[in-house]
Amino acid sequence: MAVVYKKSPALTDAPLSFCPGCTHGIIHKLVAENLVELGVFDRAVGVAPVGCAALSDYFFACDMYVAAHGRAPAVATGQKRVHPDNFVFTYQGDGDLASIGTAEVVHAAHRGEKISTIFVNNAIYGMTGGQMAPTTLVGQKASTAPYGRSEEHCGKPIRIAEMIATIEGAKFVERVSTDTPANVRKAKKAIRRAFECQIQGKGYALVEVLSTCPTNWGYTPAGAMTWLQENMIPYYPLGNFKDFE
Amino acid sequence: MAKAKLTFDTEKCKGCELCVTFCPKKILVLDSETNAKGYYPVTVTDIDECIACGTCAIMCPDSIITVEKE
Repeated sequence: MAVVYKKSPALTDAPLSFCPGCTHGIIHKLVAENLVELGVFDRAVGVAPVGCAALSDYFFACDMYVAAHGRAPAVATGQKRVHPDNFVFTYQGDGDLASIGTAEVVHAAHRGEKISTIFVNNAIYGMTGGQMAPTTLVGQKASTAPYGRSEEHCGKPIRIAEMIATIEGAKFVERVSTDTPANVRKAKKAIRRAFECQIQGKGYALVEVLSTCPTNWGYTPAGAMTWLQENMIPYYPLGNFKDFE
Repeated sequence: MAKAKLTFDTEKCKGCELCVTFCPKKILVLDSETNAKGYYPVTVTDIDECIACGTCAIMCPDSIITVEKE
C-alpha cells in the first residue's frame, strides 16, 4: 500500500506537551515536513521561544536552542553568521515575539538576517495562564482582562505581519491560518516559500500563523477553529504582504 | 475489501476530535475505552468508506494518524 500521510521524520517520538486540539502541533508538522522536503533537515538549527513552544526542542529532531524570552532572532542571528551553511529558523509565539521580543524581530528584519521566523499568533499568553497579549482582540476576555480587552485602556492589537512587511530587509512576509484543511495546506506552502527565501540567500522571512488556544479561550478544539474564523481573520487578514522574485 | 488503511498511535491521541470534525466522510469517532493517559482515542467506524484523502492526518496536531491506500 502507498503511504498517503505519515508522521514527519523531522519530529521526534516524544508526545507533544500541548493541550488537546492546540494547533501548535499542526504548525510543528508543517515546519518539520518542509525541512525534510527542502533537503535542509540535516543542517537545520531551530530556536525555540519562551512560552508553550519552549519545549519544542524535544519535538523537532534537528538541533535546537531555547532562547531567553523574545531573544530568538538574536540567537538565530549569531548562529547564522557563525555558520552561514546552517539553515536557521525561529519558532515564536505572540507572547514572545509580539511583546518582549518586538525589538529583536524588528532589528533582525531590518538587518536582513538570512533567517526564517515562524510566528504563531493565538491572541493570548497560553503557557502562563491566558493573560492578555499585545495581540488579544478588543473585547476578548483574558485572565488579566476579565471584562474583555478595552481599547481605551490597552489600545488595539498589534499586526506584526503588516509591520514587518514595511521593513526593507524583510523579503517574504505572509499571514496564514490553521482553521481548515485548505488553510493548513496554504500555510505549508507559505512556510516553504519562507524557507526558500533563506536557502536562496534573499534575506529575512516571516510567516505569521493564526493558531487556536482552546484551553485559554474556553472553547472545544473545533469551536476554537470557528472562533478564529469569525473573530481573528477579520482583524488579521490572511494573505501575502511581501514576496521575492 | 477496504482500499484504505488508517493506523492510529492510540496512546498518543488526546481525543481533541479535530480529525472527527474535518473527516469529509464522517467515519471517525472517539472510542468508548480510554488510553493510558485517560483520553478517549479516535477510531474508525467504517473503513470501507475511507477515501484516503489524508485530511484527518493533516489536521491531527499530534501526528498520530498514518494513512495508506492501494
